[in-house]
Amino acid sequence: MAYMNLVLPRPQISALKIWQRNLLVWRKLLGPSMAFSFGEPVIYLLGLGYGLGQFIGEVGGIPYFTFLAAGLLAASAMNVASFEGMFSVFTRMTHQQTYDAILATPLTVDDIVAGEMLWCATKSLLNTLPILVVAFLLGAIENWSALGAIPVFFLVGLCFAGPALVMAALAASYDFFNYYTTLLITPMFIFSGVFYPVATLPAIAQVVVNILPLSHAIALIRPLVAGQPLVDPALHVAVLVAYAAVGYVAASVFIRRRLIR
Amino acid sequence: MSLASRPPDAVVLARGLTKKFGERTVVCGIDLTIPRGGCFGLLGPNGAGKTTTLRMIIGQSPMSGGTLSVLGLPMPDAVREIHARTGVVPQSDNQDPDFTVVENLRMYARYFGLRPADVAGRIDELLGFLELSDRRDARMRELSGGMKRRLSIARALINDPEFIMLDEPTTGLDPQVRHLIWTRLRQLKASGKTLLLTTHYMDEAERLCDQLVVIDRGRIVTQGSPRGLISEHVEPHVIEVQGEAGSVVPVLGGIPGSRLLTVGETHYCYASELGPVLARLEGAPHLRYTHRTANLEDVFLKLTGHELRE
Ligand SMILES: Nc1ncnc2c1ncn2[C@@H]1O[C@H](COP(=O)(O)OP(=O)(O)O)[C@@H](O)[C@H]1O
Ligand SMILES: [Mg+2]
Repeated sequence: MAYMNLVLPRPQISALKIWQRNLLVWRKLLGPSMAFSFGEPVIYLLGLGYGLGQFIGEVGGIPYFTFLAAGLLAASAMNVASFEGMFSVFTRMTHQQTYDAILATPLTVDDIVAGEMLWCATKSLLNTLPILVVAFLLGAIENWSALGAIPVFFLVGLCFAGPALVMAALAASYDFFNYYTTLLITPMFIFSGVFYPVATLPAIAQVVVNILPLSHAIALIRPLVAGQPLVDPALHVAVLVAYAAVGYVAASVFIRRRLIR
Repeated sequence: MSLASRPPDAVVLARGLTKKFGERTVVCGIDLTIPRGGCFGLLGPNGAGKTTTLRMIIGQSPMSGGTLSVLGLPMPDAVREIHARTGVVPQSDNQDPDFTVVENLRMYARYFGLRPADVAGRIDELLGFLELSDRRDARMRELSGGMKRRLSIARALINDPEFIMLDEPTTGLDPQVRHLIWTRLRQLKASGKTLLLTTHYMDEAERLCDQLVVIDRGRIVTQGSPRGLISEHVEPHVIEVQGEAGSVVPVLGGIPGSRLLTVGETHYCYASELGPVLARLEGAPHLRYTHRTANLEDVFLKLTGHELRE
């Protein structure tokens, strides 16, 4: 059995049915879903952006309001995929037994994992987009290049979906997710450059932050939102893609181990 | 086993089917040959290994040992194709709570690669067949247990399967719903589908199954047709008496050609001849008894014992 868990995933196009199922449910529950992922970033944007913006003025040639908006967009993409990949996937896997029902059809665990990852990324995009609109309406965005950040939301979602699915596969209950949020998501949110440039951190901390994916997400989203030239875009994309790829294989292994018993 | 002795049209052919959870073996190398057509029953007390066996047959639980082919295809290699041609009613209902009745069926059709537009007629038919037409737009939380069960059966039929597995399809349901489900299962059988069901209700097995195996602690205890099993294992006459052991056992114990089985406060006297038992009962007018013919429950009690199982 162990050998079976370690082979590379072989999803088929039918994985999109899982994605479609989630999209249909998302459409039904649009209100609560949006309020959840939308409310907090907007409060940060209004509270910190207007408040601190008065004192800070510009950071690296970008108005602080815009600087912060870009960071919050990246953090939102991270949070949406992480929470969908942990809480919602766990619910579908355990309480609802959704996957058990699906595994009696021609779909396989590999399809489920691929479909869920694509869905997490899609939801990151869908639920982060309104924040982009709000940032625009509040005057934080003045450049059309900000539209280029939209596919990055998807990529960031893909990058965070894998680890979240691994957490869901390991969890005994929802409480387990507190470890991941407290030990990784929150520190990334605070230290990866959402609120201030990573360059202000001590050198050793910068190394750690640059290994983690959120700083790379911000390094792509911020220049696009602010209308500045991208620096090392290939590197940042490569890091996010690498996280997505490794996360996908890991998620497949762990979800298989959880579902196939 | 050799190819020559393989029945040509077995829907399920399992040899040495084994399941271990860690050190614990819960299915201990069972052989099953389920012929095409008819209803095959898997009987056994709680924890006997029925669900585990079904889950192995459908490839949802990997076998720890043995060989298995389903619909003539090898499991697990052909799992996608086997699933495309099989319907599964799981032990506990697992519809999508975010969808209505009809949305659940549409989504399930999509998992089989069927387009909702193409199965619209089929969905109406299935809702009618399981008497759910007036609930088509209901949410899962608005459905009773019996309705959810019927929806599970409708869902299992969405791909027009030739083989249908049902894990305890009527457990916990009221008599009306059970009769409706039995009627529908008989209709499915009559339309040529092969049914495999697990149950611990003997009346259900007797009504529906053409062939059955009784399993206990992961092993096959006996197999055959319901009638065949009854005549093979149980004396034709059963006298049932309620009461304390102290007042019943002295009266009915030790009658030649009979045996007495006590389950709680119920005493079953199995006899090949009725006369000697009735003679004893005449001498004990305080005992109230019923006389009936032997049924599958008696086989079950004899073979799987009568101590309580969780
Ligand atoms: N995932 C599992 N891990 C460990 N033990 C299990 C698991 N699933 C079932 N079992 C054990 O296997 C035995 C058979 O279970 P099951 O097949 O569900 O029995 P039945 O369906 O006949 O009631 C039980 O003792 C049960 O506790
Ligand atoms: Mg069971």
